[in-house]
Amino acid sequence: MKLIYEKSQAGRRGIGVPKPDLPVPEVPQELARKSPPRLPELAEPEVLRHFTKLSTRNFGIDTGFYPLGSCTMKYNPRVNERIVGLPGFANLHPLVEDDAAQGALELEWHLQEILREVTGLDAVSLQPAAGSQGELTGLMLFRAYFKDKGEDAQRRKIVIPDTAHGTNPASVTMAGYELTPVKTDARGNIDVEDLRDKVDEHTAGLMLTNPSTLGLFDENIEEIRDIFHGVGALMYYDGANLNAVCGISRPGDMGFDVVHINLHKTFSQPHGGGGPGGGPIAVRESLEPFLPVPVVVKDGAGFRLEYDRPKTIGKVRAFSGPFGVFVRSYAFIRSYGPGLKEMSEVAVLNANYILARLKEAYDLPFDRLCMHEFVLSARSLKKEHGVSALDVAKRLMDYGFHPPTIYFPLIVPEALMIEPTESEAKETLDEFVDAMLAIAREGAESPELLHDAPHDRPVRRLDEVRAAKNPIVRFRFEQHPVEQLPVEQSAGARQLEAQKGA
Amino acid sequence: MASSESYPDDLKYHPEHDWARIDGDEAVLGVTWYAQDALGELVHYEAPDVGSTVSKDSSYGEVESVKAVSDLISPLSGEVLEVNAKVVDAPETVNDDPYGDGWLIRIRMSSPDELEQLLDVAAYKKVLDEA
Amino acid sequence: MSYLSLTHADREEMLAAIGVSSIDELFRDIPKGVRYGRELDIAPALTEPELQRHMEELAGKNIVDEVCFLGAGIYDHYVPAVVDAVLQRGELLTAYTPYQPEMSQGVLQAIFEYQTAICELTGMDVSNASGYDGTTVAADACFVAKHATGRTKIVVTEATNPQVRQVIKTYAPGFGLEVVEVPHEGGVTDPDRVREAAVDAAAVIFQQPNFFGNLENAPELAAAANEAGAMPIAHVDPVSLGVLEAPGEYGCAMAIGEGQSAGNSMSYGGPHYGFLAARNDYIRRLPGRIVGETVDAAGERGYVLTLQTREQHIRREKATSNITTNQTLLALAGLVHLSLLGPQGLKELGETCMALRSYAQTELAKAGLEAVFPDKATFKEFAVRTGRPARDALAAARAKGIYAGYPLGRDYAGLDDALLIAVTEKRTTEEIDRLAEALALERQP
Repeated sequence: MKLIYEKSQAGRRGIGVPKPDLPVPEVPQELARKSPPRLPELAEPEVLRHFTKLSTRNFGIDTGFYPLGSCTMKYNPRVNERIVGLPGFANLHPLVEDDAAQGALELEWHLQEILREVTGLDAVSLQPAAGSQGELTGLMLFRAYFKDKGEDAQRRKIVIPDTAHGTNPASVTMAGYELTPVKTDARGNIDVEDLRDKVDEHTAGLMLTNPSTLGLFDENIEEIRDIFHGVGALMYYDGANLNAVCGISRPGDMGFDVVHINLHKTFSQPHGGGGPGGGPIAVRESLEPFLPVPVVVKDGAGFRLEYDRPKTIGKVRAFSGPFGVFVRSYAFIRSYGPGLKEMSEVAVLNANYILARLKEAYDLPFDRLCMHEFVLSARSLKKEHGVSALDVAKRLMDYGFHPPTIYFPLIVPEALMIEPTESEAKETLDEFVDAMLAIAREGAESPELLHDAPHDRPVRRLDEVRAAKNPIVRFRFEQHPVEQLPVEQSAGARQLEAQKGA
Repeated sequence: MASSESYPDDLKYHPEHDWARIDGDEAVLGVTWYAQDALGELVHYEAPDVGSTVSKDSSYGEVESVKAVSDLISPLSGEVLEVNAKVVDAPETVNDDPYGDGWLIRIRMSSPDELEQLLDVAAYKKVLDEA
Repeated sequence: MSYLSLTHADREEMLAAIGVSSIDELFRDIPKGVRYGRELDIAPALTEPELQRHMEELAGKNIVDEVCFLGAGIYDHYVPAVVDAVLQRGELLTAYTPYQPEMSQGVLQAIFEYQTAICELTGMDVSNASGYDGTTVAADACFVAKHATGRTKIVVTEATNPQVRQVIKTYAPGFGLEVVEVPHEGGVTDPDRVREAAVDAAAVIFQQPNFFGNLENAPELAAAANEAGAMPIAHVDPVSLGVLEAPGEYGCAMAIGEGQSAGNSMSYGGPHYGFLAARNDYIRRLPGRIVGETVDAAGERGYVLTLQTREQHIRREKATSNITTNQTLLALAGLVHLSLLGPQGLKELGETCMALRSYAQTELAKAGLEAVFPDKATFKEFAVRTGRPARDALAAARAKGIYAGYPLGRDYAGLDDALLIAVTEKRTTEEIDRLAEALALERQP
């Protein structure tokens, strides 16, 4: 479909601007804009239609099942969207004096209290803007803590298992630490023997996702805790998978000292096509003095932002954090109350149910009960029929499902990482399982059908090599390359035409 | 693209899937058929500067496909005399012809005795069998 | 719970299929010692009507009916209704990062259009799909500059937003960077001071218009940085770029900024979006998602996430950033707003802000308030001396229903009596008259 710039006609306008009867001051010549930005020129109805049409070319949770492993694509209650738009929230400037923001501060304070309870830790900062920023903030707290103890120069290493999200090692580098990788054992736990060899007085800490990205709870977590705390090192909990354990097991009780919570996963902030998110961190008392400023505190009957924290690491983001995200997550939590435990139970039940029904048709690298997600492998399909995890994913689209996460975690070849969340009806789970079983059969009988999938999305498989080799990352107006269609059309393309003709 | 699997007899190999073709005190370096096959079609070659030094077993650059990045591990130490501009412009040349047009850099060896530590084709094939 | 579908019968059937006798058994891998034996201490669940009422009560405790002259980085601009309508499309609202392009052409094309809009505004070649906010994109830019130049010093002007400077300083030790601030002189930055500081620096970051609302001699600042081989990086306000020159036109290597002015409500500080754009030379060093154009198997144009080898899920500890979840929805809001405005609307928006700002300056001068930085050109914001501690002036105005501005003494020595006053297109001359009346000083004899 056309880009909005290709629909533009000089002289059209989508919205007016008030024009007070006042002279417009001149901008000094050398600082004034010489040629206007080529923004689109459309009337309002055409703008709305353009974006509505774009939305029809997209798939969200509202459209259907979205089992994208490790992303916790759960239902986003509509009431939360209405609430976040209340003028008392939406029109509040972040720099007003605290007396003008008592409702916002009360909400933030309550959210902090809830996150303390869910994580089993002592203090919370809501500031980080996403999980990965929570990770980085946590590692900055590690450094501040050890610096305070005079051990920062000595403790340079962060231990990370090979199943970790890429954000963990990336955060380690950004915090100025060095990475110590550790292996996974045959049951999918951290290899404790490997760990013992690698943890010593030079270790600052561990970063662990538990349950792991394999969807498995580490059975040796108590032993791991003793290894790290035994050498005076700290433990960081990547809260990406907190949806499995709310009210069931708390990171603080597992021994973790810092935790980030992905509000956009566990607590249902809509993912917005990539964001926003929220990545508050909860910490043990010993790390509280170093938290970013401001911190929300209760002061008698009121609430205020506290900046006077001499040992603070500073700020990782503006203001107290992404407030609208807090509003939605707080509302989500209040609709569950202590029933958050049931939320996690159902998420785990759903995952195990799909796993039980699929484990004969696909390879299962670690045959255990899973938590809220699990990882299958298309290794045998690949070996025997030349059908890859990518092919399975693309074929799922034809059945009306968003594909799972693929090729992650890296230690599982041809990985398919499936996370149903608690939101789904049993009928949906059954339809998904039936589709996966059908695809496994199709893969064996007519692999071409999978290679050419998807067949009925707005576009066919896209050429990512072409996009990376000669990046076109913006519209170039008159200079924009005119499409040279590839001469050789694939079998898939011919098949599409046949279908259209039929 | 899609050259067929081969490992020429006249090259020296490094277990990180790199090769060296020796010519007097100079060597031409590249990656093996196995390496390019594992990566898939290359879309970018991050080359070192001419005149810079490379050292044995260390990275002198990177090649990228759409979904993977690989360090280029130098089998030998020396000074970079030339970078293959053809691969910079068209990285898929490595996929088409990993031992010919798809070479990556030419160096002047600084420690020719390192040659003894490299693998011959039989030894490298053994590495591949174990992978 | 109304968000859960499973019936009792469903659960029994599923447990049987799994081969366990109870839900509790599903958690058998969790060691007893780390199980939580109690009920979570969270207030009881609310039904939707109860929740709506509770949230309205909280929202009602915030004061949002004072006329807003507060800016300092977040501004009370109008957000068009079409923005809300687009953002509430569930297919966009409830999707995640477009890893599977065939399922996500809507979001991918929107990001491509957003990248184009940011490049057009800033005069740059490439934009990412968004960063968290206007502070974190500054830290990101430092990381780019460090790796692009191999240098470890960052110069930032003191007239840059204090929160931006704080965030840079919080990130700097991890990046192995030293941060040097160049003081302002009379509310603007002296290019000669920048020239001295920029020696051996990776980047020079300055804000245009700066935190005081004043227009920097941005071309000179950029030139000073370029002379020293440091990357000039401009932190800009998107709604100013209909009237102010694009950073790409005066030699900047990168342009960054807080996007809130375009399309986002103030929302007590977020979520908003940071934008980050650069010259093509830096494309492989940029953090975050980038969308590129390509074709599908049938030769049709389409869009994909591209250059992903920069990112953490592939390059891991060598990635250009750890960012994953970004601010796509807020960036989409920005794109919709900019599309409604068009070039003429954006220019008029800037002109209206300037006209009202100029009127406010005049009226406040008439009311006896001195300009902090006389004779400096400004855009939509300016600083005045209130003739008393700024907090007192603020309180006096608030008593009359006016939120008069931001006390500059919070961040700058010697400005305890100064307020930073922002005027957007939403303000009227009547409201400005009320502001002037509320802050008016006794006429000097």
